[in-house]
Amino acid sequence: MKTFRIGGIHPKENKFSAGQRIKTVALPDRVVIPLAHYSGMPSRAVVKKGDFVKVGQLIGQADGYVSANVHSSVSGRVSKVDVQLDASGYKRPAVFIDVEGDEWLESIDLTTDIKRECHFTKEEILTKIQSAGIVGLGGATFPAHVKLAPPPGKKAEVLIINGVECEPFLTCDHQLMLEKGEEIMVGITILMKVLAVEKAVIGIENNKQDAVEYLRKIAKSYPGIRVVPLKVRYPQGGEKQLIDAILRRQVPSGKIPIEVGTVVMNVATTFAVYEAVQKGKPLMERVMTISGKEVQNPGNYLVRLGVYLSEVVNQAGGVPERTGKIIGGGPMMGRSLMNLDVPMAKGSAGIVFVPDRDSVRGQDRNCIRCAKCVTVCPMGLEPFLLMNQSEREMWDEMEQNRIMDCIECGSCSYTCPSNRPLLDYIRYGKTTVGFRIRSRKAAKV
Amino acid sequence: MDKLIISPAPHIHGGDSIEKNMRGVIIAMMPALLVGFYFFGMGALIVTLVSVGSCVLFEYLIQRFLLKIKPTITDGSAIVTGVLLAMNLPSNIPVWMVMLGALFAIGVAKMSFGGLGNNPFNPALAGRVFLLISFPVAMTSWPEPAPLTTAYLDAQTGATALSSLKGGEVDIPRIMNLLIGKMGGSLGEVSAIAILLGLLYLLAKKIISWHIPVSILVTVALFTSILHLSNPEEFASPLLHLLGGGLLLGAVFMATDYATSPMNPRGMVVFGVGIGIITVVIREFGAYPEGVSFAILIMNAFTPLINNYIKPKRFG
Repeated sequence: MKTFRIGGIHPKENKFSAGQRIKTVALPDRVVIPLAHYSGMPSRAVVKKGDFVKVGQLIGQADGYVSANVHSSVSGRVSKVDVQLDASGYKRPAVFIDVEGDEWLESIDLTTDIKRECHFTKEEILTKIQSAGIVGLGGATFPAHVKLAPPPGKKAEVLIINGVECEPFLTCDHQLMLEKGEEIMVGITILMKVLAVEKAVIGIENNKQDAVEYLRKIAKSYPGIRVVPLKVRYPQGGEKQLIDAILRRQVPSGKIPIEVGTVVMNVATTFAVYEAVQKGKPLMERVMTISGKEVQNPGNYLVRLGVYLSEVVNQAGGVPERTGKIIGGGPMMGRSLMNLDVPMAKGSAGIVFVPDRDSVRGQDRNCIRCAKCVTVCPMGLEPFLLMNQSEREMWDEMEQNRIMDCIECGSCSYTCPSNRPLLDYIRYGKTTVGFRIRSRKAAKV
Repeated sequence: MDKLIISPAPHIHGGDSIEKNMRGVIIAMMPALLVGFYFFGMGALIVTLVSVGSCVLFEYLIQRFLLKIKPTITDGSAIVTGVLLAMNLPSNIPVWMVMLGALFAIGVAKMSFGGLGNNPFNPALAGRVFLLISFPVAMTSWPEPAPLTTAYLDAQTGATALSSLKGGEVDIPRIMNLLIGKMGGSLGEVSAIAILLGLLYLLAKKIISWHIPVSILVTVALFTSILHLSNPEEFASPLLHLLGGGLLLGAVFMATDYATSPMNPRGMVVFGVGIGIITVVIREFGAYPEGVSFAILIMNAFTPLINNYIKPKRFG
C-alpha cells in the first residue's frame, strides 16, 4: 500500500467519533463571525451596527490577494463590528450578530437533491468559488480560488483530493465522505473542469475502509476519478507528503504543488465548492469533530460560523470532568485553547478534550543523540540540530539546514525519548529566519 | 476545569523514553551474556556483576558528590555501560581491574564530557581500551570455554579464534563452535548466534537501524575476501573475521551507541564502512590481533565531522 517515502510516525488513532452521523447544532442567540483567517489579510466589514442580514449574505469583503469573503451564517441584526478573541489566541476583527429567525437568501438552493450537471464556464466557476469565500478546510485556510488559478506557464495534470485525515481523533472528513460522497464527486468534477485536468485521485488512509469502498463504488460513474487507499501514517495529510504518496513526486524546497503538476484540495473544501457552485451557498458552516478520551458522546457536528465553541460543546454533552487541556484542531498540530468562548471559524476542524493526566509534558532531559527525530522527520531535516541552533540563535546556519522546509507536523517532539521541546524551538527559529528572509528580499527591491 | 494548560503542539507524545531504550538494549544483550555465563562460568558472573555495580556506583557518586546534581542512574545507561564493559573483558580478569575500567568508562569517558548523550567516545570501549593498554597481559589471556565452571582467576587460558587460527584451515566444526560461542575470547563476544539474536531484537524494537551493523559486516566481509583470495596463506578467511573475535559484538552493540555514532542513515553507512576498513587493517597489518575497539573509537572521533558534512536525504 502506498505512503510517503521519508519519515513519519503512527500515533494512536483514537477515532472515537468514527461512524457518528453528522448532527446539526441548534442556533444560538448570538454569533460572532470572525473576519480574519489563519493566513492572509482579514476581510473588510461591509455591514454596520443595526443592519439586518440574511443567511448567506456577504458581511466581509476580501481585502487583498490572499484573503477571502465572509458571509453571515445566521439571519439577524448586526449588534456591533468589533474585535474578538479567537481560537488563534489573538483579538481580531469580527461581526457580532443577534439571531432573529433563520431567513436565507433567496438565491440559495436549500433542497438536498444532488445537482450533477454544471454548465458554467471555468471563469464563472472560479468567480463563484471566490465570491463564496471558500478557503482550504484542512487547516491552512488558504483561499481556494488562488490555488485554482496557477501562475502563468504552469499547468496541472492531476487533481489530488485529500481525504487522509491523519490527525488522531478527528473524523469530520471521514463522515463527510460517507454522507456526502456524491456531492464530493460532483465537486471534484467541477474542480477538474476549472483546472482542465482529466484525472483526479482521492487519497484516503485505509483506517477508513468504508469510505474507500463507498467512494470507489460511486466513482465508477464519474470518469477520471480514482480512489487510492493509503497506509496509515502521519503526516500523510500534509500536502507535500500526500503528493509524494500518490504521485511519487516531491515538491522542491520552497515551491508549491503546481511545480510537480498537481493541485491538492481537501474533501471538505471540495464539498464546499459543490455547494457554492451548484447550490449558490457560500461557505458559512462546516462539520467539526468533538472528541477526547473521556468525552461521553464523541461526534461530528455541522456548525455555523461564529457560534461560540462553548455553545457547540454544551449541545454535545459539555466539558468532561478533569479536563486539563482543550485543543482546537487535532492533537498533533492543533492549538490549545485558553477557553471555549471563541467563535467557530472556517478552519475549526475539531475540539479535543485532553484529561488532566495527559495534559502535562514530561520533563525534558539530555539529548541522547538517538537520531529518532531525524528518522521520523517527513522533510528529511535534523530536528535536534535545528533546536540546538535555535537555542543559540544561529540563524544563518538554520537557514542552510533548511529550517523553512519544516511543516511543523510535530513528529520530532512526539518521538523524542528525552521529551525535548524540539518543535517549540524550531518554530521560534523558523519565524525568525522567515522574517530575516523577507526583510532581505525587501531590501533588494 | 478551573485551570487549562496552554502549550504549543504537539499535544501528545509517543511514550518513548531513555529508560525504554536502555531496557531494550539490556534485553538484547542477554542472549550473548548468558552464553558467556555458560561457557565461562563463575568468572563471567563475577566480572559482570562487579562491572555493572561499579558503573552505577561511580555514576551515582560523581553526580551526587562531585557535580552535585540529581543522579540519573535510574535511566539505565550506566547499567548498559556496565554490561557492555563486562562483555568486552576476559572472564578471569581481577575484580580491581574491572573496577578501574568502570571508573575510567564512567568517570572519564562519560561524566567528564557532561554525561549521557554528550560523550564523544563509547564509554565501555574507552574503559576496555584503557585496560588493554594498561594491562596487556591480563587483557589478552583468554580462558578456554569450560561449561558452567566454578573457576575464576585460575581458569585455563588459551588463544582466541582470531589469534590461533590466523591463516589456518576453516572447517565446519570450527565454524559451528564460533557460531555457538565455544571459543576463547571476551565473555560476551564468543557466540555469533546469541549476538545476532540481540541484533534482531534491537531492529524489531526499532532501537537501532540496520545501517551501522550491516555496513560494518559487509565492509569487513568484502575487504577480507579480497585479501584472502589474493593470498590465502597470509590472510584469514572472511568467515573467521566475521565470526571470530569481537567484530559482531562491536558492530551490534558498541558501534550503534547513540551518542557516539552519526545521526542519519547516510552518515551511519560512512561510519560503518570506516569501522570495517580500520578493523581489517589493524587485524591484518597491525600489531594487535584484534582491531574492532580501536576502529570504533577512531570512527567515534570522526562522528561530529560526519554529522557536519553528511546530511540526511532531504524531501524534494
